[in-house]
Amino acid sequence: MERLLIVEKLEKRYASTQLLGTRKEVKALQDVSFSIARGSTLALVGESASGKSTLAYCVACLERLTSGRIIFDGNEITAFDEKQLREVRPQIQLVFQDPARSLNPRYSASEIVSEPLLVRGRLDKREREDRARSLFAQVGIPQEKARQRVAEFSGGERQRLAIARALSLEPKLLILDEPLSALDCSVQAQIANLLIELQASLGLTYLFITHDLAMAGHLSDEIAVMERGRVVELDAADKILQAPGKEATRRLIAATPRMGAADHPPQVV
Amino acid sequence: MPLLLQVQDLHVAYTSRAGTKHPALEGVSFDARAGEILGVLGESGSGKSTLASAPLRLLPGNAEIQKGAVLFEGQDLLRAEPRVLEGIRGARIALIFQEPWLALHPTIRIGEQISDVLAAHESGGRQALRQKTLQLLAEVFPSDVARISDSYAHQLSGGQQQRVLIAQAIACGPSLIVADEPTASLDPTTQRDILQLFQTLREKLNLSVILITHNPALLSGLADRVLVLYAGKVAEVGPTDRVLRFPQHPYTRRLMESMPAGLDESAKARKSRLPVIPGEAPNLGTLVKGCRFESRCTDRMDRCTQRDPAPVVVGDAHAVSCFKYED
Repeated sequence: MERLLIVEKLEKRYASTQLLGTRKEVKALQDVSFSIARGSTLALVGESASGKSTLAYCVACLERLTSGRIIFDGNEITAFDEKQLREVRPQIQLVFQDPARSLNPRYSASEIVSEPLLVRGRLDKREREDRARSLFAQVGIPQEKARQRVAEFSGGERQRLAIARALSLEPKLLILDEPLSALDCSVQAQIANLLIELQASLGLTYLFITHDLAMAGHLSDEIAVMERGRVVELDAADKILQAPGKEATRRLIAATPRMGAADHPPQVV
Repeated sequence: MPLLLQVQDLHVAYTSRAGTKHPALEGVSFDARAGEILGVLGESGSGKSTLASAPLRLLPGNAEIQKGAVLFEGQDLLRAEPRVLEGIRGARIALIFQEPWLALHPTIRIGEQISDVLAAHESGGRQALRQKTLQLLAEVFPSDVARISDSYAHQLSGGQQQRVLIAQAIACGPSLIVADEPTASLDPTTQRDILQLFQTLREKLNLSVILITHNPALLSGLADRVLVLYAGKVAEVGPTDRVLRFPQHPYTRRLMESMPAGLDESAKARKSRLPVIPGEAPNLGTLVKGCRFESRCTDRMDRCTQRDPAPVVVGDAHAVSCFKYED
């Protein structure tokens, strides 16, 4: 299958200045390579501080790499200058964990989803409003709520708005950074369904960052397991979940709460 | 098991700025038994956080306990004198909240923050307090106790901070800990460690724990019983295995169906639609006559809107508030 995104030997180091001005280097990502087929989903799983979000920001062109290459839709975007990057960024959009904090509380729903179009100067006011209406329909927000503000929406609706905003520039790749973990279980199912539908209808490619292996298994074609800045295992979702090859993967699976109560009591330490 | 806490017909309402009253809990009754872990399962707006704070009367200023009783160690906490209540808060019943970094002081060393809890309820010299503090930290940390005692909150990870809060909670030897989403902000490995710690402490100290969460998967294999809260009312209560594996209330059943099969999911089910509960949970305080779940329920009948369903025992300490089981 055609690869939309190819990441090769990516490395990211941060220099953190400590007390008294001594500098210490932090290796956030080391030798990270993977690719995602167009229209498919790769889940990125791993414990806190394993480098998942840093990787997402590098792919979204929001962080510069220390070394390595990123090829997006046939172009080596790591060789692009700032002007060229400005044309790439709209095609890669992000959805964050907590929509209550990622959306502007003073904006109406309509302004939230059409702001990216305004910034890009793509459409006039009338056309932007039309586009907002069709985005609302796409993500299941009732049209009569277009003038309401973030506070008046439920958690699930807010995440729908965040997704609509991300879709407004017709991206090819969506980076979903823990998009479900701030939501109630029954709402998670609704948003998971929405993501599945949108992928099928728009041919979207997802990079899905999550703690939740069960959801990763449900939504993804492939799973990459990260540990201390490296991808330690990458394979088809079934393979990772049913025959994990690495200790880090087994540890994540063991920590995943399961519904089969009596069969898997947690061990007492 | 003897009863430790009895909550009877508890009604709590919040008054909005506009002056209207919004009920958060309406007639909630349940018991917590000595030494048990009781899981309270509820989504946003179900009243679960109100339920955590109401017994100790730690609700915000615009909340009003309208009715009910909370019996604990021979007294009704809702009618107890403030001085009596002070002796119970933190000493006999301890609370643990969701975001540990908000609960810890940023510029006071961890050890001192634990000593403060001890000093508030017990007398003793500095040396004795320090000794006891290190003992408490040793209960919740596998190693490194002295270093952690000298640390500040920002030097600890989320899981370590939550362990510190647990040390504070057990400091005065309470008989009950109420934990409101204690692992919601932690990653799965840390989450499991913290839940195991609750289990270890329960056995060692004969604690009762009321564990409040929106995630049923956390309760399986951990809680002895589960109470399902929906829109301020108890939908279902029973042994964990019964409630999670054979849910009887239509809400619990739909909720369990909406979870992905997870690790054991077949490749065919992948990317298939999950069954969802239609509509949204009612907003806090919309007054509804009859069953709160009726508008979203596929099993609804005429009488569902006419009056409130009463709990019906469906077997082995398992009670369900639904008209389906009434005949």
